[in-house]
Amino acid sequence: MIGIGESPPRPDGFAKVSGAARYVDDVSLPGMWHGATLRSPHPHARIRSIRFDPGKAPEGAVCVTAVDLPGPNGIQLLDDGWPILADAFTLHVGEPVALVAAPTRLAARQALAAVEVEYEPLAPVLTLADAETLPPLYELRLENGDVETALAAADRVVEGEYRTGYQEHIYIECQGMIAEIEEDGAVSILGSMQCPYYVHKALVHALRLPEDKVRVRASVVGGGFGGKEDFPSALALHAALLARASGRPVKLVYDRHEDIIGTSKRHPAVIRHRAGVDRDGRLLALDAEILFDGGAYSTLSPVVISRAILHSFGPYRWPSARIRGRVLRTHTAPNSAFRGFGAPQVEFAIERHMDRIARELGLDPFEIRARNVVEPGDRLPTGQVLDASTSARLCLEEAERRTGFRARWQALEAERERRRDGEPLRGIGLALYFHGAGFTGNGERKMKSPVTARLLEDGRIEVLTAMTDMGQGCAAVFPQIAAEAAGVGPEDLAFAEPDTGQVPDSGPTVASRTTMIVGGVIARAVAELRDRVLAWRKSGESVKDGWVVGPAGPVEPFREAARACRAAGPVEVTLRHETPEDHAFDESTYRGAAYPTYAWGADVVEVEVDPDTLAVRPLQVTAVCEVGKAIHPTLCKGQIEGGTLQALGWAIMEEIKLQDGRYLNDRLATYIIPTILDSPRIDVHLLERAWDGGPFGAKGVGELPMDGGAPAAAQAIENATGIPVAEIPATPERLLRNR
Amino acid sequence: MKTAFSLNGQAVEADSHPMERLLDVVRERFGLTGTKEGCGEGECGACTVLMDGEPVLSCLVPLFQCGGRQIETVEGIAGGPAREVLDRFVTTGGVQCGACTPGIVVTAWALLQRNPEPGREEVREALAGNLCRCTGYEGILRAFSREPER
Repeated sequence: MIGIGESPPRPDGFAKVSGAARYVDDVSLPGMWHGATLRSPHPHARIRSIRFDPGKAPEGAVCVTAVDLPGPNGIQLLDDGWPILADAFTLHVGEPVALVAAPTRLAARQALAAVEVEYEPLAPVLTLADAETLPPLYELRLENGDVETALAAADRVVEGEYRTGYQEHIYIECQGMIAEIEEDGAVSILGSMQCPYYVHKALVHALRLPEDKVRVRASVVGGGFGGKEDFPSALALHAALLARASGRPVKLVYDRHEDIIGTSKRHPAVIRHRAGVDRDGRLLALDAEILFDGGAYSTLSPVVISRAILHSFGPYRWPSARIRGRVLRTHTAPNSAFRGFGAPQVEFAIERHMDRIARELGLDPFEIRARNVVEPGDRLPTGQVLDASTSARLCLEEAERRTGFRARWQALEAERERRRDGEPLRGIGLALYFHGAGFTGNGERKMKSPVTARLLEDGRIEVLTAMTDMGQGCAAVFPQIAAEAAGVGPEDLAFAEPDTGQVPDSGPTVASRTTMIVGGVIARAVAELRDRVLAWRKSGESVKDGWVVGPAGPVEPFREAARACRAAGPVEVTLRHETPEDHAFDESTYRGAAYPTYAWGADVVEVEVDPDTLAVRPLQVTAVCEVGKAIHPTLCKGQIEGGTLQALGWAIMEEIKLQDGRYLNDRLATYIIPTILDSPRIDVHLLERAWDGGPFGAKGVGELPMDGGAPAAAQAIENATGIPVAEIPATPERLLRNR
Repeated sequence: MKTAFSLNGQAVEADSHPMERLLDVVRERFGLTGTKEGCGEGECGACTVLMDGEPVLSCLVPLFQCGGRQIETVEGIAGGPAREVLDRFVTTGGVQCGACTPGIVVTAWALLQRNPEPGREEVREALAGNLCRCTGYEGILRAFSREPER
């Protein structure tokens, strides 16, 4: 069964478990060469000269630098300010300065030694404190009501500063790309990516090629988490430049060390809150300052800080709010998209601040949230009126009901001082969170997201989208949606590979938008295609369970009817996402509906802390989430289980330290992510409430679970140890320092 | 230098540098690309293969150590009697992006040979060296541990 709410095996599952799935590094083209990248060892330097001595390189090796570029030295994203290759200056350690290609991977690495670069080191800016005094990369504000007056009238003003660290994606498959130049000069790309049309756009822009002379195909993607949103555009350009220079197909696959030093991370953040509250703990005003470390180039930071601002107030009622967000420039690799896209940092801060307010007023964490949580009909600081699917209170109360959080938290608070030395410390923490599903503001309206459905000659319906399955499972969910919408079975459907040569630009695979937005267009497109077949028959029939049904019952299989219809001529439908008229957002004032809807969640995290080492072990997580209707509950829960563990890794153990602009934790031996032994039991409870704006009631889910785990874990650590946790990762060193 | 060993039940010979990584030998010389490189330094477990029935990290095993040994990769295991286990692995949500999956299949298969019905803790112990970034490990535990779904 593949009906909505069933969990059929994912269609790519057996290929993956049997080793047959072909990731980019598993593909080899005849005559293919390998590329390698020479990187800056300096965080900030003038490049005086770059020389390639072919005599010192393996025979035939080629080298490409910025002077060889056929067009602008910029990777087109929001703008083209991110250089393809460092030119006169290098602005971060690991920045690509030159590219080489040679017949084997080893020869390519050897060829790097034949490139000589003369640098003049300059003073770098490496800390947020230093960067704060300089002009930012980007800045945004949101203001609602008279914050100063409200703060002056408040019974109490609570202040706090919160810090979050880097997070590296660690998709298990590193970045990789293969480029090939066709006989007519067209560039063909195959690689690991979330957004084939981003890559397409970047190649057209930088190589000055017509759109039909660039073809981008996504291979099987071994994890993305946002890390394969923008960087594949850079890597595809690098591979394409080497393919042009060598006249051969070129594969460029990073090893883990290179992937860590050369690609983006989650923005480190400092967030300062001033909140006015009355004596009953009712929130009156929020004054917030958000600083993100953008690194050397702005890449996607403007949209990341935008999402941060729009989640910074948490799922709470604030009669007035003033929020300023700035992305600061440091001489480090650009930080960019990572699951949650700015929301996890600010939700950590606001949740911790709620806990601080509660502590100052003598309330418990549940009570402060219950008194302020948003309900249907409430307004966010943007003025957006929350719809009936606003389930924050539902999640909060269900989490309490399932875990008995409140009583356990209070008991552990009371016991803390009485514990004997050497006993493991137990703690429990609660966080409430939300995530705007789909693009921010008018993103979906601008994108329009066309999806094509057409009849194949054999009568199957083919669906064409640009979405990639990076593991999340759209390869399973799309057939469920299409089958239900058209009334056919999975055998009546085909799905085109994400290949810009044939699929329309249905947008990037990001922002928890794939099921909710693109899935919705798929449902409408296949239904319309079915109706065209029925209209051609002129018979007043319908389609059910793969059969054309007339007044007297089943007439013939839909596929037979569709084949006959297709024999009479091509049948194709292209539909676009249509944003409801009343969904409007003003980007100059930040007023209006920032997201079509929100998904909601409450996490309860239980931890054990070693009293001597202060090492934190998460034991159990209960995640209660409302994501509309779960199309495929197993995959939906899988998103929440996986995102929850990523959040705990970020909260407790994942850390990158910088020295002279270099990441010290630049390999998997030193950048530690949770193993199965570090992982708690994760119980996910879906509160399914169909949302009428999504296909069969679905909202977005992918990023939501990244928002709750960290503040809940921090509160649990505080509950266990009494040590305030305003900064993550809460490593033993950091806890000891704050004891 | 020639090194003779058994690969997925077949006698083979690799004529290569004795220090070549087993990972590269199976992927590049025998085209068995199911074995993945995730870190190249023995931290992630994606490249796990069986050597005489025991899981080893093929990125850390030089070819010369394989002489006379029996090497099994994910392709060999999937082509054998593991089908039912693998199907369950897919249905429980143990597989998302799939990059860690071959290493987990190999490691879990070695465990199941010793203990066909391992408990949750035994599976956790066995898979301690296999990183997965997608699933939170819950789907993997549902697939391989005997504890019924709650």
